[in-house]
Amino acid sequence: MATVSFSVNGEVRALKLDTRTTLLDALREHLHLTGTKKGCDHGQCGACTVIVGGQRINSCLTLAVMHEGETVTTIEGLGTPEHMHPMQAAFVKHDGFQCGYCTPGQICSAVAVLDEIKAGIPSHVTGDLNAAPQLTNTELRERMSGNICRCGAYSNIAEAITEVAGRRA
Amino acid sequence: MKFDTPATTNPIDQLKVIGHATSRIDGPLKTTGRATYAYEWHDRPASPAYGYIVGAAIAKGRIASMDLSRARSAPGIIAIVTAENAGKLGKGNYNTAKLLGGPDIDHYHQAVAVVVAETFEQARAAAQLVKVDYAAAKGSFDLSAGRDGAAKPPGRGDDQPDTTVGDFPGAFASSPVQLDATYTTPDQAHAMMEPHASMAAWEGDKLTLWTSNQMIAWTTGDVAKTLGLPKENVRLISPFIGGGFGGKLFLRADAVLAALGARAANRPVKVAMQRPLMFNNTTHRPATIQRIRIGAGRDGKITAIGHESWSGNLPEGRPETAVQQTRLLYAGENRMTALRLAMLDLPEGNAMRAPGEAPGMMALEIAMDEMAERLGLDPIEFRARNDTQVDPEHPNRPFSQRQLVECMRIGAERFGWNKRNAEPGKQRDGRWLIGMGVAAAFRNNLLMKSGARVRLDRGGTVTVETDMTDIGTGSYTIIAQTAAEMMGVPLEKVVVRLGDSSFPVSAGSGGQFGANNSTSGVYAACVKLREAVAQKLGFNSAEIAFTDGQVTAGNRSVPLGQAASDGELAAEDSIEYGDLAKTHQQSTFGAHFVELGVDVATAEIRVRRMLAVCAAGRILNPTTARSQVIGAMTMGVGAALMEELAVDKRSGFFVNHDLAGYEVPVHADIPHQDTIFLDETDPMSSPMKAKGIGELGLCGVAAALANAVYNATGIRVREYPITLDKLLHRMPDA
Ligand code: FES
Ligand code: FES
Repeated sequence: MATVSFSVNGEVRALKLDTRTTLLDALREHLHLTGTKKGCDHGQCGACTVIVGGQRINSCLTLAVMHEGETVTTIEGLGTPEHMHPMQAAFVKHDGFQCGYCTPGQICSAVAVLDEIKAGIPSHVTGDLNAAPQLTNTELRERMSGNICRCGAYSNIAEAITEVAGRRA
Repeated sequence: MKFDTPATTNPIDQLKVIGHATSRIDGPLKTTGRATYAYEWHDRPASPAYGYIVGAAIAKGRIASMDLSRARSAPGIIAIVTAENAGKLGKGNYNTAKLLGGPDIDHYHQAVAVVVAETFEQARAAAQLVKVDYAAAKGSFDLSAGRDGAAKPPGRGDDQPDTTVGDFPGAFASSPVQLDATYTTPDQAHAMMEPHASMAAWEGDKLTLWTSNQMIAWTTGDVAKTLGLPKENVRLISPFIGGGFGGKLFLRADAVLAALGARAANRPVKVAMQRPLMFNNTTHRPATIQRIRIGAGRDGKITAIGHESWSGNLPEGRPETAVQQTRLLYAGENRMTALRLAMLDLPEGNAMRAPGEAPGMMALEIAMDEMAERLGLDPIEFRARNDTQVDPEHPNRPFSQRQLVECMRIGAERFGWNKRNAEPGKQRDGRWLIGMGVAAAFRNNLLMKSGARVRLDRGGTVTVETDMTDIGTGSYTIIAQTAAEMMGVPLEKVVVRLGDSSFPVSAGSGGQFGANNSTSGVYAACVKLREAVAQKLGFNSAEIAFTDGQVTAGNRSVPLGQAASDGELAAEDSIEYGDLAKTHQQSTFGAHFVELGVDVATAEIRVRRMLAVCAAGRILNPTTARSQVIGAMTMGVGAALMEELAVDKRSGFFVNHDLAGYEVPVHADIPHQDTIFLDETDPMSSPMKAKGIGELGLCGVAAALANAVYNATGIRVREYPITLDKLLHRMPDA
């Protein structure tokens, strides 16, 4: 057992945990923040995506105790049903989901992807590594490809993200 | 309510709410992480223990011995349940293999134990300490080797393994233009994103299961049967389901093991099946070998059409009915179909989205493309020449609606089909060889009894309760739309509660029958509620309008809620069907168009454009209907290009049993997708005049891709999936 404390959605949370507990299970089973989903527990699906220190990560692939003092944002921290984050609202508007199980991960990823592009971080499909990456459909799809949606909402998800990106730009 | 004559004008036809593109009413919950899936009811039951499943490490044989001693002394351990200590278990009506194996093992990764501990980490660690010695037996795992020994499966009602009309062999032999080709489709996995998961809590001999299940009534019955309980003692709760695609139609091991674990631990237990177990532990779509023969005259008219399919399954399992659509889709006086079933010791084969038609159309629609080429006809023209407005086996039985040719023509126009070069390998864009492909879409419309209860409170809020499920299909929203239309209230005044076995039994979600039947059940209950309201308010005219929250007849108008002023009004009813489906064939139709590029050097395939045109009765909600169709198109891309459970033919299991090995389409694989719904209402189907759409969108997509690959490269691949290794050595010169 070990103790760890980190900030989750703006609140400092202190936990006493089995050191084998993943960040994902700390959120779901200990903090009861079940918006973050477990699709595979092996880093293969992206359903568990959360934003830690501004970067998206697969929370199933990291142990909770490794995040002492860090800042975690989950889907619950982005917005509420009454006050949705613009990305959440765009997913509803464009029907960027069906069963909804991959959705929190898709939304956390999408929010982080826009920041990555803004920060000039290139991807596998970026043509010119010296120029600022552009927010093209190809860039978006490449960067979102770690988030599987078996319901196949991809076309609508791309539209939701594009709309939010446009509004921001 | 018995639906036995074609629908006439009814309140749904007002189309104030129905038929409008409407955002999901459960959308804000799902997008903010507040929807509660099966494993996530942390407050009730309180403090559950965790179960972890141990799967069999052989495909066939026996457990010689099991040593639980080390696992039993592991930290945090509460209980271990195996077949030996579980007590007597039955087998569900819908299960082929039993859900807790031992001592006999029926397939690889069949559950042999559940280890229950205080925490997930402890249960996982202890599960590794369970030691099992097996006596493996020889099994059959190879469909192509089992093909010759495959038997004729027993028929079920109208579903007979063999059908014949006219003289197929004679007509085929004398046809001037012939095709005789064999196609294969691999085993496929549902791979829904939410694993099979359940939480179980006992109160005395009453069991509550929070689970993830498409068919609440079937599964409640099978829980009772498996555990030897009266059905009344079982409660299932499943309001949100993280995808199913047929994989959650039935009771599965997670639910049984949670229940057994909770009984042994004497406290609530939750179990999520580990992802790497899912592919071999649960069901899958069985592989097929399909032989198709088509004979036609030089005028392009089919004279003979034959379709045979071989698939495998465990003893007592059913065949994959891949020939179904060939009985109905095209004209031709001489016909035959045949299903053969090989006994295999692979995991259980069962329904996956559009069972039968999905793999059947993968083959048939390549065959149609090949035949069109032999006849020198455009593939759309060839299909149009062989359209039939009647059931080809029973010419006095018309289709209730059939707009296949319209779908094809409208799609061709919209997609720019006339830009396709019929000669393959001739279209270049830089390093890409460009191809276009088309295929028909076809899936039957099924009618199932479905019930609902509606309640009205004094505030004018209408609450619908039914055990119907929403697996991402949009049930919450279309049911709310139905009740809003019927009761004349805005959508915000409707509350929908689903997925609870204490609610009236519905059709459930499967076979693309959910939307039409469940909303019809709600329609029936609303008709009763309208009568109760009218009576309560003292209206006796037949001409009562329910609009804008008011009940109006003549010049008298009363707020709807007033009918409940001295207590809630409730009504319950079911839709049941007469024999309109016997007198008329009810099916849904569509056309799939695909444009793709094949890299001339590497044979990499990139999909560029996709369009689906669907004629499927009234579209209740174009937003959720579109999502069903694009989701199915995406699954079709998977089927065409990547999805395949690789069989280890020595040891008898699916090798690529996780989401890294079993590849499904990701964002980068899917371009913008277009959908068109033809204006159609089908009064034969139900008072809603709707039909299914969720599976139609999958049927034919893969063949459209295969045909596009052929158009791009001139290479005809008849073995799915179309992976690079099947193209590379035959690619045209760059
Ligand atoms: S649950 Fe973490 S990637 Fe799948
Ligand atoms: S919405 Fe179901 S997996 Fe994406």
